[in-house]
Amino acid sequence: MASSASRTENTRPRRVSRFLTRARGVEAVAHGVAFLAASTIVAITALLVFELWINSALSRHKFGWDFLFTSTWDPISGQFGALPFIFGTVVTSALALLISVPLGVGAAIFLAELAPPKISDALTFCIELLAAVPSVIYGLIGIFVLIPALQTIVPPLKSVFGFLPIFSGPFYGVSIFSAGIVLAVMVVPFIISVSREILLAVPRDLREAALALGATRWESTWDVVVPFAKTGIVGSIFLSLARALGETMAVTMVIGNTPRIQASLLAPGYSIAAVIANEFREAAGDLYTSSLIELGLVLFALTIVINGAARLLILATTGKAAS
Amino acid sequence: MTGTLSLRRKATNAIMLSATGVCTLLAVGFLFFILGYLLLQGGKDLSLDFFTKLPVPESETGGGMANALAGSAKVLLLATLLGVPIGFLAGVYLAEYGAVGFSSVVRFVTDLLNGVPSIVMGIFVYTLIVLRMKHFSAFAGGVALGIMMIPIALRSTEEFLRAVPDSLREGAMALGASKWKTVATVVIPAAVRGILSGMMLNLARVAGETAPLLFTALGNFYWSPGWNQPIATLPVMIYNYAISPYADQHRQAWAAGFVLLALVLVVNITARSIVASGLHKAR
Repeated sequence: MASSASRTENTRPRRVSRFLTRARGVEAVAHGVAFLAASTIVAITALLVFELWINSALSRHKFGWDFLFTSTWDPISGQFGALPFIFGTVVTSALALLISVPLGVGAAIFLAELAPPKISDALTFCIELLAAVPSVIYGLIGIFVLIPALQTIVPPLKSVFGFLPIFSGPFYGVSIFSAGIVLAVMVVPFIISVSREILLAVPRDLREAALALGATRWESTWDVVVPFAKTGIVGSIFLSLARALGETMAVTMVIGNTPRIQASLLAPGYSIAAVIANEFREAAGDLYTSSLIELGLVLFALTIVINGAARLLILATTGKAAS
Repeated sequence: MTGTLSLRRKATNAIMLSATGVCTLLAVGFLFFILGYLLLQGGKDLSLDFFTKLPVPESETGGGMANALAGSAKVLLLATLLGVPIGFLAGVYLAEYGAVGFSSVVRFVTDLLNGVPSIVMGIFVYTLIVLRMKHFSAFAGGVALGIMMIPIALRSTEEFLRAVPDSLREGAMALGASKWKTVATVVIPAAVRGILSGMMLNLARVAGETAPLLFTALGNFYWSPGWNQPIATLPVMIYNYAISPYADQHRQAWAAGFVLLALVLVVNITARSIVASGLHKAR
């Protein structure tokens, strides 16, 4: 009886305080779970760097920095140099940019400056779908459509430009050139959609001021709007460069997989991602595997640097437009 | 003098503006070319057998990719179960709880993870799981794709949560709701449409990934029960068949490419129209 009385007396404050502690408990749990998820991402990334570093130790210790500057890739004698792959990766990506930058920036200018908003939105939607096409599909098109087409287009071109070292030698279809073209088509959507966003962020008054001073539409775009957005556009190009460097499947399917450095773009080559895709599974021996993992580490470092630069450049422009 | 100058300026204007239009047409043309070609080539080679039969040895013709379709579904399911919760919760953390210093670390690291080339992700999961378990498995493939899903899951969650007006949060808090209750019952439901479509785009993106599966899920000519065996997936199958010397396998690769592209594009279009209809409603 007495206990029941004391319970009624204390019910309210005790219930409130119990509710409060429980709420605080739930609050702490919710916060904790979200924090844990965020920490997991940091942990996974740290683990990734750690695994790549540890598992490439054998190759790093054996070859040191020479790994990056020697071009013998001979699994049988145990000599591994990354230069042919670095060369192939860089040249294919550069070629891709050479084609995709004018195309992408041009299209971005059209979509941001000229096209009526409805048409621009519809076309941008198509461009974004193009970005969603899986890379293995680009590889498929590359093998069965692009390469046969190049085999008919290139020989006449060669008869004209064949004296240039970059167009010398026989052409088999699979080549650095083919890989560059496939990569160009793959990165164009990224250049377009990022550059378009950046151009749209350029303040309206700049265009109006230029037009009011008598500039033509093109002059206001090219001499006023584009210079204002230049840093950001360069950022979008870096972003695409990072994608092109790391692209695996489509390149593997058309580059020819030959670890040699040759002046001719029409010669087959090899890229970092492609050699990993082709040889990793079959690599016999720890040093071989370790060398391939070190190639992965090199590719990782390369894309991190390029991605970081891209992000800074894009931030610099969008920040400028906002201020 | 001024007459010729302005003529030149007018000509430059017209030529350059049309050139940008041509660039756009070319870029959009690529999409329609790829779509059209796959529709033609892949649609022609597609048959019921593709969906119901197992692959046959190279010396025979016919067969299908039923196991690869099931395999892709299985690997993607695991990837979603792993990548979406982590990315979603971390996104909630950044948008609603984050302490300034730690948040910028998480954002930086997420960008880093997003930039990891897919083949490097394959190596990572190989050393992490395949080496330790000593065999290729569906599990390893799912983990590789799951990790790849995290950055986009995080980014789309954070972005759409941030787009929820603060007045909603303040309203809920003023009514006495606690922080987590506000987030769970007011903020997240307000952003759910956007987050959902972000997750769909994310899934479509990894559905086409091949490189991370090459030495994690590997491949298989048969069914792969459980999580501990190598498993066939659609993108890896396309790759293996495309580089094979057999015409009948090329035919299958086109059919598989058609199915993969159709799935990816349907999910993309659906997800984007979900967002678009949401925006329309809000106006």
